[in-house]
Amino acid sequence: MRADLLAEPIAGLDEALMAADTFDRTLVGGLLRPQPTQAAGLAELACAVAGTPLASPVAKAAEKAAAGAASEDHLVVLATARTALLGSVHDALMARIDEATGRTRISGTAPAPREPQATNLLAAARSWLCDLARAGWRGIDHGLVSGSAQVVSAMLPNPALRRLAALLDGFAAELASSCPGAALERIPVRRWADLWSRAMLLTQPRAAEVPVTGAATGRLLPLGVDLHEHTTAAQAQVHAVFEPADGTAPSLVRASVLAPKPDTVVGVGVWQLLRPCMSLLTACSEGRSMNVADIPITVDGDLIWNDKQACLGEPAGAFATARVALPVALAAATRPLDRHPARIAEPVFLEDYGVREHDGVLTFAVAGHRLAVDADRIPAAGPLTPGAVAMSSACIGLLRWDAGTFSVQPFAVETTRKKKSVAVHAGAWAGGAADRDGAKAEKAATEAVVVLRERARRLLRK
Amino acid sequence: MADWEKSSTARVIPPARPRKLAKVPFVELADGRLQGVVSSGSDIERVYVSSVEAGTYAFACSTNNNRPCGGARGMFCNHIRALIDEAVLQYGAERVARYLRVEDPEPNAQSITVGMSSTRPPHADTRAAAPVFSRFLRHLAYLEFAPVTAPVPEMHWFPPTRAVA
Repeated sequence: MRADLLAEPIAGLDEALMAADTFDRTLVGGLLRPQPTQAAGLAELACAVAGTPLASPVAKAAEKAAAGAASEDHLVVLATARTALLGSVHDALMARIDEATGRTRISGTAPAPREPQATNLLAAARSWLCDLARAGWRGIDHGLVSGSAQVVSAMLPNPALRRLAALLDGFAAELASSCPGAALERIPVRRWADLWSRAMLLTQPRAAEVPVTGAATGRLLPLGVDLHEHTTAAQAQVHAVFEPADGTAPSLVRASVLAPKPDTVVGVGVWQLLRPCMSLLTACSEGRSMNVADIPITVDGDLIWNDKQACLGEPAGAFATARVALPVALAAATRPLDRHPARIAEPVFLEDYGVREHDGVLTFAVAGHRLAVDADRIPAAGPLTPGAVAMSSACIGLLRWDAGTFSVQPFAVETTRKKKSVAVHAGAWAGGAADRDGAKAEKAATEAVVVLRERARRLLRK
Repeated sequence: MADWEKSSTARVIPPARPRKLAKVPFVELADGRLQGVVSSGSDIERVYVSSVEAGTYAFACSTNNNRPCGGARGMFCNHIRALIDEAVLQYGAERVARYLRVEDPEPNAQSITVGMSSTRPPHADTRAAAPVFSRFLRHLAYLEFAPVTAPVPEMHWFPPTRAVA
């Protein structure tokens, strides 16, 4: 990988982000009674998309919002403008990443989505989000934030609404822990504007649907597991190289599983909830490939997993995959609505780097260029530690970008123990923990879920 | 803006720490109270709903059938003490003390309990019990929702963190 390219500035990036930042600041005070600085922020957002097809509706929405008279539709338009702006940042960053990794990316075309579902729930969610935007982060209180609970509870049983439900639930929990907004010492300005805009977009019928464009038959070679979790949901996303049975070019794919969870289910308990739905996690833990037949695949390269269409295959080490298969694998472009810098998670393989540690923060020196290591993302329920990364000589990970910097999130590293090279994987416990520490954690986590299920059985079904 | 303000993945809530759930299956810092559900020591079918209000430390404890707890007359009962202990395990003593507004430079479960009970806090009415109990049931329902294997890209905004409360 050419790390030098990641260190070079990208034309237009700062300007686009600055326009987003000024809009984001308008959400701090809220749009109920906008101040002159907020009006300027709204105008700047409109200006940033002036050369696009969004120009006219955004200009009108910004004007209405600046007068404190924005309707729900106007607020959706503003969220769309911000999403487009961050989408352009995503595209610029991805172009740079592809240049640095030498990866070929293909854009598929998606068929038209199906009929919309549950539009009344989407409208209820949108109405809550609009109340939030009017109050602003400084204006949030328990009454306002708890307004989302009913909507989320109604959405959760419906798997088709899981995207918006999981997002709103995580967002509302953060807002609730930050009430009252007037007393906040600091505000995660970009983050909350991100979550708000994404949720606004997902309240639009069909926005959450990612159409399936084909079926995958062939061999999957796992690279690693990326874990995401907030207080009441967890998602495991396996990155893998897919070798089609028909001999066409191998490509990078992902397979995901998301489970809602009580906030007391943490650590290994999260793997226990996810594990039964995806045998691919077992393949990751055991270092094996999987054979899949006719698994639906989206335009983005996401497999819609079903255990019935997959079986465990031969041993296949992630490092062998990273060294041999990853460099020639094609990648799929993210569909336009989902483009955002926070979504960038590009599998990379690094070796021959130096490691520096400063104030507990790790940095790789790749060909003389620094690349930050995002060790905080390594799940605690696994054998990979920042210490092991610091001692490593080769690393599989995800290239990410946040707050103006590229970083690498380690999936697995090779280190030397007793003069022998060993691989340590962040997702080693995903399919079941075999080592002593892991087994102990498994037992404690099992007990927690048993207690909750027992309580649920006695109290819920009366 | 500072880097934290410009981060899409700024961590806002420290992750809950694992704890044993048999005695206190549910605890939360919400609605201006430390509140939760405590299993009865004698009757497996019975649970207590206990709470302490932030600032005033007004406390309440009753069964899920709204019978008052015999131990919570004039002072914290064992259910409330257990609730505080488990809250400290789950959220860390600092966060619990901050939420309840207990002035304590180096808080722990015992010092928080003593700090509150020494002010001779008043009884709260048990009207909060019903909403707390329904929040507990809602919480349990999260185990019942089927997992999905369609990707949820929004979860990229919620990375795990190794930092604990």
